[in-house]
Amino acid sequence: MNPFKKTEKSVSIFITAGYPNKTSLPEQIQLLQDQGIDFLEIGIPFSDPMADGPVIQEISSTALKNGMNLKLLFEQLSEIKEQIKIPLVLMGYLNPILQFGLTAFLEKCKSIGVSGLIIPDLSFELVQQKYLDYFRSFDVPLIYLITPATSDLRIAQIAHASSRSFIYLVGQNKITGSSYSLSVNSARYSEIKSLCGEVPLFLGFGISDASQKREAFSHADGVIIGSAYLKALSEQREKEFLENLLS
Amino acid sequence: MKTSKHITPDELGFYGEFGGAYIPELLRPAIDELLTSFRSFCFTDAFRAEYLDLLKNYVGRPTPLYFAKNYAQKYGAKIYFKREDLCHTGAHKINNTIGQILLAKHMGKTEIIAETGAGQHGVATATVCALMGLKCIVYMGEKDMERQAPNVQRMQMLGAEVRPATCGSKTLKDATNEAIRHWINFPDSYYLIGSVVGPHPYPQMVAYFQSVISEEIQNQLHENGLKIPHKVIACVGGGSNAAGAFYHFYDLEETALIAVEAAGEGLKSGKSAATSILGSPGVLHGSLTLLMQDSNGQVAEPHSISAGLDYPGIGPMHANSISTGRTTSLSVTDQEALHAALECSRLEGIIPALESAHALAALPKLPFLKDEIVIVNLSGRGDKDMNTYQEAFKNL
Repeated sequence: MNPFKKTEKSVSIFITAGYPNKTSLPEQIQLLQDQGIDFLEIGIPFSDPMADGPVIQEISSTALKNGMNLKLLFEQLSEIKEQIKIPLVLMGYLNPILQFGLTAFLEKCKSIGVSGLIIPDLSFELVQQKYLDYFRSFDVPLIYLITPATSDLRIAQIAHASSRSFIYLVGQNKITGSSYSLSVNSARYSEIKSLCGEVPLFLGFGISDASQKREAFSHADGVIIGSAYLKALSEQREKEFLENLLS
Repeated sequence: MKTSKHITPDELGFYGEFGGAYIPELLRPAIDELLTSFRSFCFTDAFRAEYLDLLKNYVGRPTPLYFAKNYAQKYGAKIYFKREDLCHTGAHKINNTIGQILLAKHMGKTEIIAETGAGQHGVATATVCALMGLKCIVYMGEKDMERQAPNVQRMQMLGAEVRPATCGSKTLKDATNEAIRHWINFPDSYYLIGSVVGPHPYPQMVAYFQSVISEEIQNQLHENGLKIPHKVIACVGGGSNAAGAFYHFYDLEETALIAVEAAGEGLKSGKSAATSILGSPGVLHGSLTLLMQDSNGQVAEPHSISAGLDYPGIGPMHANSISTGRTTSLSVTDQEALHAALECSRLEGIIPALESAHALAALPKLPFLKDEIVIVNLSGRGDKDMNTYQEAFKNL
């Protein structure tokens, strides 16, 4: 069964654990779930987020200063796991996961019921050639990023390995939170959609409002919104943002 | 190409357990293009001819292997300095930038980006970009821009744009993050990394371009009727000058390889950059290596008086050779390095860079047999550090 496969288009929100406060995560999850978000991506803050733009860099840094770490994140998730009705995806750079211990990390993910993992600096080939046994034995699906520049062959290989999750299409080769026009790559998005076959395709990085969401829906099965939501959250207008987004 | 396991990684870019290419998918096409171009171009006769011609006529190689007789007398060994400080631009960094700029040109690139700590790599990059007529953007930590101000001015005079990195500790680590982000946003630009760090193939490539240092040492010893060195000493931040100085000696068991790291204010002070002692395996800037970090895997903010050694990681080849015992690591405090810089100035009339002063500061810590041949890689000259030296020695 693939929890990300739905008949309707999906909206996912990315939040960073430990932001705006050390204990914000449960109420953030509750809010997003109540507002009708289809699944959640929870970011594990890291000191050196190389694929992230200024918004997420700043927010990661605040979350770390607030005292967020993996142990605390898992404690917070364990406490509310009964109340979580939508799929959860954890997203984080590899180093904090390695220091927590890859095995211990996957055990925790399994016990909490995490539906997928995004580890942006763990490439498809490294997983296949060095880490596959870990992920197989704990049965937590990995979600891979692709970009418009990813080769057809590689997309097909990634799709083949993603039957229980989704493929994360980075709309343009830019760090998170960059603005750009989706229409530039629309022909390529269609090719990518067909290469993914039955695997759901979600578009993210730089999607910031309802009109971009609608445009993205014509190319993909759903959208993922991170920087724009976090920016709204930092300005305490997250509810308004969600209302506009989901209208 | 040499096939020693110490300098040649496996197909995925690993030296033993360290190395690899831990990069987001956004960099995959750029890294693939780089790897293919490096392999197909940089071992050809055409490349070698142009590279060696520029090293000879533009950089001023071979650099002397100088017998430092006053040091020899003081420390009781045959101490030689490999004078990388006499390279054009004042440090070994240009050996690498010449190699990579030829590769970038071959790949048809028009915009070059680089990170820099002490500014030596930034200057060496700005220099070769001026030579080749290519646009150059250098990321430098805001703190480093202050303490290495003369190098900022040199880069600007050479036509480069210097962009401050204002996050984190505002040093080399943060400049590297910014350069990587730039490369993600502009994958057609060429990222010219200055040390044996980063994702595969950078460590292998930079070590290959720096290997001219040990190639010359071998030839120069031979010309002097000497055979092999007993000790080769080099400072290590990321480790490019050490990679070059050790390169041809890895498989000679008689040669001890000594990597000198910056202890900063002391190993236990919390203000240090001695990665091989304070670090543990971790992933930063695209490779798995030894890394200074906390128990949650957050990267530590290092400290060294020397901007070029102020980095929380170490090249994966060094992580491997230190872990396997082939290379010995030592650490030297800010104060010991300053003392060594003054000693070298007074004994030999050479003002070394603060980075190279760390290598010199290893000498009082090592036992020597009489007639031992000891090479210290004098990686750069001290002009850029005059502000720091003036402050430290104002009561002389």
